[in-house]
Amino acid sequence: MNLIIPVLIGAFFGVGLYLILHRHFFKLILGLILFGLATNMFIFVIVDLSRGSTAIIKRENEVAVEPFADPVPQALLLTAIVIGFAIQAFAIVLIKRVFQAIGTNDLDDLDKTDRIDQYYK
Amino acid sequence: MVILILAGILLAFAAPQLYHWLGKYTYLPFTLFAAAVFVYLSTYVPGILQGHTYSYGYTWTPSLNINIDFYFDGLSLLFSLLISGFGVLIMLYAGGYLKGDPLLGRFYLYLTLFMVAMLGVVLSANIFSLFIFWELTSVSSYLLIGYKNEKKEARDAALQALLVTGSGGLALMAGLLLLGIAGGSYSLTELLTRGDLVRASELYIPALVLVLAGAFTKSAQFPFHFWLPNAMEAPTPVSAFLHSATMVKAGIYLLARLSPVMGGTEAWQYSLMAAGGITAVFGVFMAMQHTDLKALLAYTTISALGLLVTLTGIGAAPALQAMLVFLLAHALYKGTLFLVAGNVDHATGTRDLNQLQGLGKKMWRTGAAATMAALSMAGVLPFFGFIGKELLYQAALEAEVFGFLLLAVFFITGMVFVTVAFVLGYGLFWKKSENTTPVQHHLPPSLYLPPLVLATAGLAFGLLPGIMATPLLQRAAQAVLVEEQSFKLVLWHGFNLVLGLSLLTLVAGYVVFLYSIRLRSFAPFIDKVHRFGPNYLYKLSIVGLLYGATRITAVIQNGYLRNYILVIILTLMTLVTMALWNGEPALEFGSRMYQLRDVRIHELILVLLIFPALAFLLLTGSRLTSIAIMGMIGYTAALFYILFGAPDVAATQLLIETLTVVLFVLILHKLPAFRKLVTSYQRIRYIIVSAVFGGMMTYVMLLVKQFPIKSELKRYYGENGYLLGKGHNIVNVILVDFRALDTLGEITVLAVAAIGIFAVLKLQLGKGDNS
Repeated sequence: MNLIIPVLIGAFFGVGLYLILHRHFFKLILGLILFGLATNMFIFVIVDLSRGSTAIIKRENEVAVEPFADPVPQALLLTAIVIGFAIQAFAIVLIKRVFQAIGTNDLDDLDKTDRIDQYYK
Repeated sequence: MVILILAGILLAFAAPQLYHWLGKYTYLPFTLFAAAVFVYLSTYVPGILQGHTYSYGYTWTPSLNINIDFYFDGLSLLFSLLISGFGVLIMLYAGGYLKGDPLLGRFYLYLTLFMVAMLGVVLSANIFSLFIFWELTSVSSYLLIGYKNEKKEARDAALQALLVTGSGGLALMAGLLLLGIAGGSYSLTELLTRGDLVRASELYIPALVLVLAGAFTKSAQFPFHFWLPNAMEAPTPVSAFLHSATMVKAGIYLLARLSPVMGGTEAWQYSLMAAGGITAVFGVFMAMQHTDLKALLAYTTISALGLLVTLTGIGAAPALQAMLVFLLAHALYKGTLFLVAGNVDHATGTRDLNQLQGLGKKMWRTGAAATMAALSMAGVLPFFGFIGKELLYQAALEAEVFGFLLLAVFFITGMVFVTVAFVLGYGLFWKKSENTTPVQHHLPPSLYLPPLVLATAGLAFGLLPGIMATPLLQRAAQAVLVEEQSFKLVLWHGFNLVLGLSLLTLVAGYVVFLYSIRLRSFAPFIDKVHRFGPNYLYKLSIVGLLYGATRITAVIQNGYLRNYILVIILTLMTLVTMALWNGEPALEFGSRMYQLRDVRIHELILVLLIFPALAFLLLTGSRLTSIAIMGMIGYTAALFYILFGAPDVAATQLLIETLTVVLFVLILHKLPAFRKLVTSYQRIRYIIVSAVFGGMMTYVMLLVKQFPIKSELKRYYGENGYLLGKGHNIVNVILVDFRALDTLGEITVLAVAAIGIFAVLKLQLGKGDNS
């Protein structure tokens, strides 16, 4: 699996980026979610994958005995997933609002505040 | 001294409030403050005259050699008395000149700030504090020039002055640092004794160039002169104070102060004499072309500054004596003339020479001051300017090199000074004419007294040079020349060559005055040439800078999210490619192919399911389908987490994925439908970038996994999860115990996001925005 999962995650990254590059609001959200997922799995896979062993100390032991899974990336991941959700939820609601207010679904229509050359000719 | 400076700054910032309370009497506290400074400084006079010097040190950042040190000797006392003495009159004058102006409080703020900063410049003994005060004068000058901020000309002139003197100030900073390195000290008093060390250093020439850049921009030397005539946009008291008597002389002060350290070399002499000489002649030449009173005065000021620089450059004792005498004389008569110009402007509403005539009857007090100042400027007998002019010629005659050239420069400038003196002292007020310019109102004492006082001072200094000027000037010259000076200023030298030259100058000046109208008819032609001068180059560079910045910003910040992301991704890809290119370990499959045999069948099925799902996600036109696919991908990821020993992560992933899908479906009908927005050319480009990026991430991952990871953290948490954290689930212990604060942060992020979502949903757009 050490050789196959990287290919899968690479595909996630590629598709996520492709969706973000589209100008469509909806696809932007999909791309964001996919990109976040790919990043999470990247962290998870980068350490050694081992089947069956968890990061839990057995009831009769006081210290963890090898083999046990590395708890650090898992802790990181938990935080990352939750914060990723916060961002996704905010993005979804924000884009819904923008769509309601402006009536466009094209990101290119949101360039007005960035165009300095409109003010200095 | 530091208390005085701090008090000044406090008083400055209290000015707007004081104006609120005191109204038209606002000038009182400020005039009194300037007078107090003057009196305080005067207490040093007896000691200085006996040859003492005084130092006060306050440590600020001693580890960086940045201290606030003050040093009193003849030179700094001369300048500080000049500044505070002028300050008294200008504070008084400004109260009358700007009476009723709603921003008067702010004006006093700037003016007091300037006076304090200027005192700091001439009294500082540490090159860092000198630099700070130097820049502070530039900033306050900027604020004062731009005082009438509703006028575009004033704003532009202020910005120009700030940019020119400010960039000169930066050069000065670098120059002073080099000087400090070369001399091994950042204290001026120590540097003064290390002139030989500095001059022998290989840093001498760079330091000299940079220091001169600072001094020349401040003192408006050609080709940096152009900001000074434009700075005449400032109210007239400011022009008299900053741009004639004090601030523009900061450059002269610096040159005189550093003369024992850096002076005496050929590079010093020639660059100062060349710049000063050109400026002196150029200034009077331009002065002849102008009919605006203040422009006329501005160009003669430039010329006088040129003379001062030239004299400093000659460096011999007679030249430096002449420099100090002329500096004092010039401050007195030019300050008067500026105030006179202000009075004329105030009373008649115009500054154009062509429209002004016969003012003497209505404004005889101002006229008297103008005439006295003009006589001093022309160098007529009992006035102080006469002594200055005599010494000027004396210095040229005794100069070792270029004596004749110097004489010519002094003669030409002197001649035009006489002409200008005639114009201002005679033509404006006393020349007989049929129709006199109407005077709109009479001037209060606060307007006619200060110029009268200054002009009388010019007369008194001339009549009694032995008592009034000589002792202090001797000590000032001693500070510049580092040896005791015993020169005596006398009014009457007897009939000699110098007197003859003086008389010749007067006659020539009168002749030029008679033909001045005709000379002025060349002005349009000169204007055409001058239009391509430094001022034009300055404007061109400002416009170019703005244009270039706008272009670059428009390219970089183009408003398209996809372009921003593309730039980020491409940069990342370039960096990774470069790292891989530079002989990083290559990927090898051969020894790892056995890992493929390790794949279980259910894992393979999961992977094989995802690829078609991704393809379907890209192709589908239905929003609901794509949400379903996203959910499916998320659940698959959760399954992987379970398979590889992360049940907590898997649980979270399942929950979150469900929530996302629910949220999506809830507001799905309010989200835009799919629409094809991208052209096929863009599509192909994006596909290529995305595919390469995905491939690169795969490559990086495979490369990293080639090496075993030895994690100290894993061992540590494994051993201490139960013993220290009292929990069997190590991941949970990390989250709620070892890194509890991080989890708190995470919760905060969630709370903020929730508040944000709530706000966005509740946001009621105003009626105007509803379109």
